Amino acid sequence: MFGAGGGTSSYEEVREVADLIVLWGSNAREAHPIFFHHVLKAMNRGAKLMVVDPRRTTSAQWADLWLGLDVGTDIPLANAVAREIVVSGLANEEFIARATTHYDAFRESIEPWTLEEGERVTGVPAEAIRELAHAFGNAANPQLCWTLGITEHHNAVDNVFALINLALLVGGVGRYGAGLQPLRGQNNVQGGGDMGAIPNKLPGFQDVSDDIAREKFERAWGARISPIAGLHLTGMFEAMEHGTLKAVYVVGENPAQSEADKQHTVELLKGLDHLVVQDLFLTRTAELADVVLPGCAGWAESEGTVTSSERRVQRVRKALDPPGEARDDIEIVYELARRLGHDLGSTKAEDIWNEVRSLSPMHAGMSYARLEELRGIQWPCWHDEHPGEQFIHGRLWHDVVVEPAPFMAVEHSPPVDVLDDDFPLRLTTGRRLESFNTGVQTGGYSSPLHVNGEALRVSPEDGARYGLVDGGRAVVASRRGEIEAPVAFDTTLRPGLAFMNLHFPELVDTNVLTIDATDPLSGTAEFKATAIKVTPVA
Amino acid sequence: MPDLKLLDTPPSNAERAAIDAVLGTPPETNGHRTARSDRASRHLLLPALRAAQRRVGWVSEGALGYASRRLSVPPAEAYGVATFYALLSLEEQPADVTHACTDLSCALKGATVGVGEHPSPCLGLCERAPAKYRTVAGETPFEEQLPADSPPLPQREGLRLLRRIADGVDPTSLDAYVAAGGFEALAQARELGPDAVIEQVTESKLLGRGGAAFPTGVKWRAVREQAEETRYVVCNADESEPGTFKDRVLMESDPFALVEALTIAGFATGAQKGYAYIRAEYPLAHERVQNAIDASAAQLDGFKIELRIGAGAYVCGEETALFQSIEGKRGEPRNKPPFPVEVGLFGKPTAVNNVETLFNVLEVLRIGGAEYAQTGTEGSAGTRLFCLSGCVERPGLYELPFGATLRELLELAGAGAVKAVLLGGAAGAFVGPDLLDLKLTHEDTRAAGVTLGSGVVIVYDDEAELVPALLRIAEFFRDESCGQCVPCRVGTVRQEEALKRLAAGRPHDGELHTLGEVAQVMRDASICGLGQTAANAVESAIANLKVFS
Repeated sequence: MFGAGGGTSSYEEVREVADLIVLWGSNAREAHPIFFHHVLKAMNRGAKLMVVDPRRTTSAQWADLWLGLDVGTDIPLANAVAREIVVSGLANEEFIARATTHYDAFRESIEPWTLEEGERVTGVPAEAIRELAHAFGNAANPQLCWTLGITEHHNAVDNVFALINLALLVGGVGRYGAGLQPLRGQNNVQGGGDMGAIPNKLPGFQDVSDDIAREKFERAWGARISPIAGLHLTGMFEAMEHGTLKAVYVVGENPAQSEADKQHTVELLKGLDHLVVQDLFLTRTAELADVVLPGCAGWAESEGTVTSSERRVQRVRKALDPPGEARDDIEIVYELARRLGHDLGSTKAEDIWNEVRSLSPMHAGMSYARLEELRGIQWPCWHDEHPGEQFIHGRLWHDVVVEPAPFMAVEHSPPVDVLDDDFPLRLTTGRRLESFNTGVQTGGYSSPLHVNGEALRVSPEDGARYGLVDGGRAVVASRRGEIEAPVAFDTTLRPGLAFMNLHFPELVDTNVLTIDATDPLSGTAEFKATAIKVTPVA
Repeated sequence: MPDLKLLDTPPSNAERAAIDAVLGTPPETNGHRTARSDRASRHLLLPALRAAQRRVGWVSEGALGYASRRLSVPPAEAYGVATFYALLSLEEQPADVTHACTDLSCALKGATVGVGEHPSPCLGLCERAPAKYRTVAGETPFEEQLPADSPPLPQREGLRLLRRIADGVDPTSLDAYVAAGGFEALAQARELGPDAVIEQVTESKLLGRGGAAFPTGVKWRAVREQAEETRYVVCNADESEPGTFKDRVLMESDPFALVEALTIAGFATGAQKGYAYIRAEYPLAHERVQNAIDASAAQLDGFKIELRIGAGAYVCGEETALFQSIEGKRGEPRNKPPFPVEVGLFGKPTAVNNVETLFNVLEVLRIGGAEYAQTGTEGSAGTRLFCLSGCVERPGLYELPFGATLRELLELAGAGAVKAVLLGGAAGAFVGPDLLDLKLTHEDTRAAGVTLGSGVVIVYDDEAELVPALLRIAEFFRDESCGQCVPCRVGTVRQEEALKRLAAGRPHDGELHTLGEVAQVMRDASICGLGQTAANAVESAIANLKVFS
């Protein structure tokens, strides 16, 4: 709804002025430890932390309030919070009237979500919902942060809308101190999106269907660009299934292990006419490839920039030459273009960045010299005098709001993989402090924190109920497949909720179980909600 | 080395119960659906750790983890706190532990460390040296000071602050205190009103007795005038300067007076709450002061006093380090400014006063500020307590009007042929026999380049050796430096190394010059008094007594 995707605030605002930080579907203490340092500093000066998460994660354990909702009930909870804010007179009526649209429809949509109804559907006690609502409604500077607990659902975009609604309700966005923070899982997820690694966007969030923008790029690149949006990841696998996508070039991804319903994924990759993988490591995906192009490490072996969750573009500098036959990723791409008959020009990172600046208005003022001088710049940065924007959407606080923000009424849609007598346990997934995604970068190192490797984590109550032994093994089955895994009892889980990581696919292949139900808009898969059953291995 | 990732280790039932006794029973929550953390109780970390150690003898991983979890303190940070304090043990130790004082006064009396005993810095029992301190953990934990019996006051005449103690007023009885005139000063204060109380204290020219000699009236006025309405008064009873035991005697033998005086301080400054921070090694003072707080509730008109107990850290006598300690943190001094009158305990305006200072406030209100100022000298009003120990016949606590000479004091205590006297403790200075006619006032000692400090007078006779005392002082500061700022952390080590070489007769070239430079750097660049004074005694011994020349 806001157009460009990125955290609306700076870390400084979280650290120095926020008085309430809500982590919704985020275990930032383990998954975003650097961001969590800013949160800890805020807590040290008295800010409150509230955490919404089915698990009592380590983030939740340090929070002033934890709300342990049922997996996939974020919208009911958000709507119940919203209703309580409204009926308690804590909504910012002036802001709503001046800077938003569609409030009446939204107001109507949340009417059924009383605290009691919220408790009935989410499992969170009404009193705790009320406490969150009043804290959020009364906060001078609320910061609402989320990660994959919100987005790895079949209705991911609706979940995000539900949170944006909360911020609009209290005027908690577009001003210094208050904002919305989708926390990025890697140092340059934000930058990847900014540079157009999104199916319908060109660099700087310019839409491929926008003729003027597209023609600008076509002139610069001397090539035609399709005005039709490309496929997101899930769409690509569907296209592989339909036989319309036959060749794939994978750069720095490991879909053979990171995608849901992995047996199926691997079969599709094997069925391609041609698969090229460019990566630092010989991943499982790379093992399936016809050609592997060894790339280099962005943080040590190449020049360029990365962009953090607070939209800050920062320089990275080359310290080492890549080993062996590995080559700078720019060189690989440019050499490939040359072999295909097209010279893309200079491979110098700064030259490419200057091209970005000439084509993406929001990056125009970010010369390398200024990035160095200002220690990074937060986009948008329109020209050489512009300092960048610490927070965005300040327009919402102008006297006349030219482009008001719409409320988006969203309805509850439970997880696709339903629980029943055959599959009675809800499995959710997540990250651990010391490990990263499929473990490509972290699994190869020994760490004292790699305790227990991978395991199916269940509450002690469920352990007893299903005859499991702490430290024993179990067969874990979903409607798509089954695996065997060690069992660990975990008191941060309630009965009915099970948890696994994805970090050690060689040991326990969790994504054999997960469902590839995806969000129609964003294409993200519902990793967070799988129905399983468990039986002990004798 | 314990693993820092502690959270998975559960506490024993005994540890859990001991910590819960301090923090309260964990709140009943629907633990699967919602939970609340109590980050506002962080200040109870030290009491919780102390409770666990008193129960099982040490702070185990499970106890540390459980206290961290209850208080929402990251375990790494709680570990940092626990390891800061000498008396908290993160390694398993017997339930029954004896700490044997090896410090200045006890060393002069032939201190020894028995098998299994821990050597200890000054225990504040110098009048009955050599002294020990025993801690016994268990279901009914206790601590004791050895020798157990406090000797009677050696002086009977001319006492003011010590009057009730000399008269033998029962220190455990509110009635006895009231019968001896107790709580009349508080009534007087209420009659006068806060501003008039501060005027009286200002007029009395009362200076702080903790060592810094700051005017008490000025301090109270500054707190009273703060816009912030939440304010605190704190009694600094972390008496740890080697050779000092005056505050212990006052608290053990006249605890109601402390309660009354701290309440007056709260009344005058507009504080809602008072804290008394007493060093861990004073178990009898804990008991007596707590009893006095409890028994006086009706007299205090809603003013609350909380007793806090240290855990073995000399630096916590520095006022901002003391605040940090009450707040449940490492006792690392803060930068000043802002000063405590503006930003003190929990970030609020705070008046922090030494025990002896507060006792003087009662005297000011009893006789009036103008009358009080008549005693002593122009620059040093009232009487002063002196802690006599070392080579004297009658060690103990003496009270004399400011202006008496060192010779008079030593004659009272029965000193023989004197080689040197350490005035003011480890942070003080040595004087030789040539200065026996020094008047014991702030102005006279300052002129002589020495200090009264906390009233320490340790006497070295002809037989006593000074070099071991200097080595001990250097060791003490090296051990007690909090390590936060470089001049002190490095300087105290360098000072000790140089002294050891000098003592061994193998000094480096220019060693004394280097020592002087190290001293200057510590004095100029340390953020707190510990580093600023860490070289005083050593320098004075070299300059005044010609040690090493």
